Amino acid sequence: MEQHGLRNYLIGFVLAVVLSAIPFWLVATHALPPQRTLLIIGIAAVLQVLVHLRFFLHLNFTTTPKENLLALVFTALLIFIMVGGSFWIMFDLHQRMMT
Amino acid sequence: MSVAHMSEHEREEAETREQRALGFWLYLMGDAVIFALLFATYAIMIPGTAGGPTGKDLFDLNNAALETVLLLVSSTTFGFASLSVRTGNRSAVIGWLAVTFLLGAGFVFLEVREFAGMIAKGAGPDRSGFLSAFFTLVGTHGVHVTMGLLWILILSAQVMLKGLTAPVASRLYRLGLFWHFLDIAWVGIFSIVYLPGLL
Repeated sequence: MEQHGLRNYLIGFVLAVVLSAIPFWLVATHALPPQRTLLIIGIAAVLQVLVHLRFFLHLNFTTTPKENLLALVFTALLIFIMVGGSFWIMFDLHQRMMT
Repeated sequence: MSVAHMSEHEREEAETREQRALGFWLYLMGDAVIFALLFATYAIMIPGTAGGPTGKDLFDLNNAALETVLLLVSSTTFGFASLSVRTGNRSAVIGWLAVTFLLGAGFVFLEVREFAGMIAKGAGPDRSGFLSAFFTLVGTHGVHVTMGLLWILILSAQVMLKGLTAPVASRLYRLGLFWHFLDIAWVGIFSIVYLPGLL
């Protein structure tokens, strides 16, 4: 197997293990207050998605075709609008129904 | 082979493969939107338990951790298969695909067992809005993984029968995108469904 490629996958694997182990460990032990644990779960998840994109899907700014990156950014924008919009509407509705 | 030495025919074939890779990438982006909306639906439905069981009553941290390990290791072993495609080692490709298949099958087994246990307890998708959203989100991911398993079987057969020809290698590349993408979706599932549910 290619040395460079192999190293890439192994780095990605180790980082993903660490970024999974931290939130699982926090939930198992209740070492931190729930609010702070939630925050760390969120941060670890975002970091782990980036690790997967970089080391498993090999996305980068030099060899990845521009169309692929453009599609990814556009998808992120769509998700932001649709998910953000859903939360906005539903939580607003929820509050109006309560009061 | 450098571009300058390619024949007209080879250049066309390489171009077709690139177009297919982009097309498949666009499909994955569409799939990402589907998952994002299922995540949003789930998050909104968390309080909608209709007096029934909550995530805390139903989820098992060890099961979710084991599923995470299986899928992450399978993503890595698929990477090894991709590397073996590049070096043209046919038996290594088949071997790594077999390992990936077994890990993925183990994941599906754990998920089906979890679903069956919940349904047996009366906590099926018809119990509450929360559970409908849960089964839709996690089930959609499980169906994707199952399709990925079928795809691994089909391509393993192609590698055995046809060898690592350019079209087969190009299909393996797209299967790799699909498989790694499913692991990313799973990161979302344990971070939004299982861990906050058990907090």
